[in-house]
Amino acid sequence: MKKRNYNLIFGIIITAFVVVLLLIGIFWTPYNPDTMNVKLRLTGPSAEHLLGCDNFGRDIFSRVLKGGVSTLWISVATVLFGLVCGIIVGAFTGYYGGVLDEVVMRLNDVLNSFPSILLSLVFVSLLGPGKKNVVIALGLLFIPSFARITRSEFSRIKSLDYVKCAKLEGVPPLRIMFVHILPNAVNTLLSTTAIGFNNAVLAEASLSFLGIGVQPPDPSLGRMLAESQTYLFSAPWYTLSAGGMIILLILGFGLLSDGLGDIE
Amino acid sequence: MSEPVVKVENLNVWYGKPQIIGRDKRVHILHDVSFEIKRGEILGLVGESGCGKSTLARAILGIETGKTGTIIHNTFRPQMVFQNPYGSLNPYKKIGWIIEEPLRVQRKYDSKERKRRVLELLGQVGLPESYMNRYPDELSGGQRQRVAIAAALIQQPELIILDEPVSALDVTVQAQILRLLIDIKKQYNLSYLFISHDLNVVYQICDRIMVMKKGEIVESGDIETVYNHPQHPYTLQLLTE
Repeated sequence: MKKRNYNLIFGIIITAFVVVLLLIGIFWTPYNPDTMNVKLRLTGPSAEHLLGCDNFGRDIFSRVLKGGVSTLWISVATVLFGLVCGIIVGAFTGYYGGVLDEVVMRLNDVLNSFPSILLSLVFVSLLGPGKKNVVIALGLLFIPSFARITRSEFSRIKSLDYVKCAKLEGVPPLRIMFVHILPNAVNTLLSTTAIGFNNAVLAEASLSFLGIGVQPPDPSLGRMLAESQTYLFSAPWYTLSAGGMIILLILGFGLLSDGLGDIE
Repeated sequence: MSEPVVKVENLNVWYGKPQIIGRDKRVHILHDVSFEIKRGEILGLVGESGCGKSTLARAILGIETGKTGTIIHNTFRPQMVFQNPYGSLNPYKKIGWIIEEPLRVQRKYDSKERKRRVLELLGQVGLPESYMNRYPDELSGGQRQRVAIAAALIQQPELIILDEPVSALDVTVQAQILRLLIDIKKQYNLSYLFISHDLNVVYQICDRIMVMKKGEIVESGDIETVYNHPQHPYTLQLLTE
């Protein structure tokens, strides 16, 4: 009997829910997320304000949606940046091996040996805060993990008969790498990408929490968490909604990547 | 008699890199191998596994680096059919794509003409045209080996190296593939270097045979002569097994 892939099922459900929510958030939010209203300061959840209001009287639900959207964009851009660069680095090192492989992989090890949050702090303080710089800083940090996976897949696949066949047929190396080998590495890369996406969400939230990510007045999940600390006991819904959104994002993609990894 | 397709003289192959200082750690795989393959002949190469048969094949194809001696090619780019039909076809590409690939990268012909040739070859190796759009997963071992043969044929080589092409297949399928190989050879006046450890199969298909032991050719000659009057004790041992 075939075991059902619950990870994949729940992963898809949660991710679909979050993505639909955020897609709505791109075009429409119940209130303007930046409109302040002193009368509603720190009011709890109600029919008008589903998740209550924050310390400036802004609608938390609207801000969670907007913040989630910006986290999503940053994470997607970060992962894409890391994935594309990582695939290129990994393809060349894995396919050619030798000295190039040794040098690049040792550089990779150096990057990996620093705590990633520390490195991203360094990068962002060099580049200055802001969405674009966060993407560049985090993207750079994501290259090693993707490069490593791509490299191991390429060096495994390059010794298979069909690649030897392609060499004998006179297929040029670049074509062998990206047309013959890459499609065979996609499965592994797919589940790594989902994990990478999770890490990107977390890293972006941490940078914003520390105040060097998304800058005010743009809403951000990480900064909402930081601001809500003060009101943890007087207005717990504030912390819970921002944290809940992060959890949903990560849980969905985590289950999804597990599920994808279980296929076959 | 026409000139040979390939003439090999005093071929030596080593594995490992030469050491500048200290003892030579290279492993000597092939010792002074000399032979030639004539046009239109099937030359069998037998020997136990690990004796250097595949190394010889790779040397002829030009993908073995540590070698000395001369290999004279009178042919354009020999092709190879691998032993394991489950590993020699890219699982993520369609059959038609796999066969067409050599022509595509050489920018030979337009896409219509390429497609016509692929279909023609599919017919020749005994597969229906609809197989163009199938993936290797959907094919049996014998069918995959037919595809591999078609992919080797599309470049119109004069020499094909067959590295144990039927040893992974059922006996009935083996006979079909051998039949196909003989037919194709006659049609295109090809030469084969047929590598195998199965002496029955070699007897069915080959004109001449070479017996290899530990990187040396210990005996070679006409298939009938060698099978009826083996000279070397190792050949006798292989035949009586």
